[in-house]
Amino acid sequence: MNDFLLIFRTDYNTMPKASPEEMQASTKRWMDWLGGIAAQNKLTDRGNRLVPTGKVLKPGNVIADGPYTEIKESIVGYSIVKADSIEDATELANGCPILRIGGNVEIREISIL
Amino acid sequence: MKQAELIPHLFRTEYRKLVSVLCKLFGIEHIEIAEDIASDTFLVASELWGLKGLPENPTAWLYTVAKNKTKDYLKRDSIFAQNVSKHLQPNATTSEEIEIDLSVKNINDSQLAMIFVVCHPCNPAEAQIGLALNLLCGFGVEEIANAFLTNKDNIYKRLQRAKEKLRAEKIKIESPTLSEINVRLPTVLMTLYLLFNEGYYSSNQDITLRKDLCLEAMRLAYLLIDNEPMNKPSANALLSLMCFHSSRFDSRLNQNGEIILYQDQDTNLWNQELIAKGEYFLNQASQGDSISKYHLEAGIAYWHTIKADTKEKWKSILQLYNHLLVNEYSPIAALNRTYALAKVNGKKEAIIEAEKINLADHHLYHCLLGELYTGLDNAKAISHLQHAFTLAKSAADKMLISNKILGCKQQEP
Repeated sequence: MNDFLLIFRTDYNTMPKASPEEMQASTKRWMDWLGGIAAQNKLTDRGNRLVPTGKVLKPGNVIADGPYTEIKESIVGYSIVKADSIEDATELANGCPILRIGGNVEIREISIL
Repeated sequence: MKQAELIPHLFRTEYRKLVSVLCKLFGIEHIEIAEDIASDTFLVASELWGLKGLPENPTAWLYTVAKNKTKDYLKRDSIFAQNVSKHLQPNATTSEEIEIDLSVKNINDSQLAMIFVVCHPCNPAEAQIGLALNLLCGFGVEEIANAFLTNKDNIYKRLQRAKEKLRAEKIKIESPTLSEINVRLPTVLMTLYLLFNEGYYSSNQDITLRKDLCLEAMRLAYLLIDNEPMNKPSANALLSLMCFHSSRFDSRLNQNGEIILYQDQDTNLWNQELIAKGEYFLNQASQGDSISKYHLEAGIAYWHTIKADTKEKWKSILQLYNHLLVNEYSPIAALNRTYALAKVNGKKEAIIEAEKINLADHHLYHCLLGELYTGLDNAKAISHLQHAFTLAKSAADKMLISNKILGCKQQEP
């Protein structure tokens, strides 16, 4: 089995401002989804969420500031799963809570350096 | 306490203290001498107390005899006296001057030092548990063989190898420093956890022996949290978990050592005092910001002390299993999570998830599917249960499964 990186993308602007209860419900949904993958022993790394702000370093020490909240598809988090094929990995991504809020999951096989 | 009960009781509580103090005094090279002196002391006690009656203070009596035996030994064995007692106390010229300190403080320090020696990661987990039973719980080779369902030879060799390894690595018997505690406490907790599980889940039919294993694991866990540097949230969580589990000890096995399923247990037999203790230690465990697997398992065990099947209970259990699995995969957790999922989202969804988890060679996997299909598709349920029956190893498991098959067949129209 190989490792696949799941990259979660969504538009920060369309993300609803969640109340603490909604946040909790959302965390539960993520844990249900990750728990299902982990129960198949296919979770390599639960991964993390990313903070909306950031910087980009370009050649010549050019530093661009975030936030990139204007971008339609910001990376909001990632996880790493194990699967036999990209099709299987995609099947695991099915059910990811990001899909419920108009986001998407990019699935990329990790090629070990 | 009658004399017949007193000696085994003292053996359980005092043997490890004597062994620990003497081991710490002699060093790792001479574990056997410490064991011999401690065993001899109890042998003398059982002979003399039978003839002359109990001494006024049996524990103090044991300590005095052990001290004298140690001094005799040091006098008698010139090689030992030359090689070891010099090393113990460079200025001591005769063995009489060697202090055998059986104060509460030194006993406590010595036991803690021994726990860390016994749980040293240079030995594999199995060997650590064996050593813990042997040196800290006073279990003989035969009892340990019994607990592990193997023969005496195997255990004897395992213990010898483990002790040899400690000697070869020149492990020092000393109170662990604060930084050592931080690094090695997880291994110590893991050994105690496995020791407890050995008693709780093993397929050995000897109920008394199994209960003893659990109690010993709890005693050692108590000893840790009684000492401030080791009184960590994870240690409290582990003890909490042990309290919750053992609260059901008397209700989960019948007289023949056969398992009584959770839903069929008599809640009057659940030990409320242990449940309360479990809650206390779980509260203690929540001080701090780290969540160990013991926290999660104690949380699950807590919910199981409430028998009523509420939505809240199963939702909480499902989340705890999710966290447990995301942190570390285990087949049992995967199966239990799927069961919890059925309780929260219904059997149909759980069947879809169950079929993904791919544990087809595990009898519990087929038990789970049997359970999930019961009422939805009884023919499928029976076929899974029959498969589980062929995979199950212990007679107790086979009996449980055949009862389920019967129950399922009776439901057939």
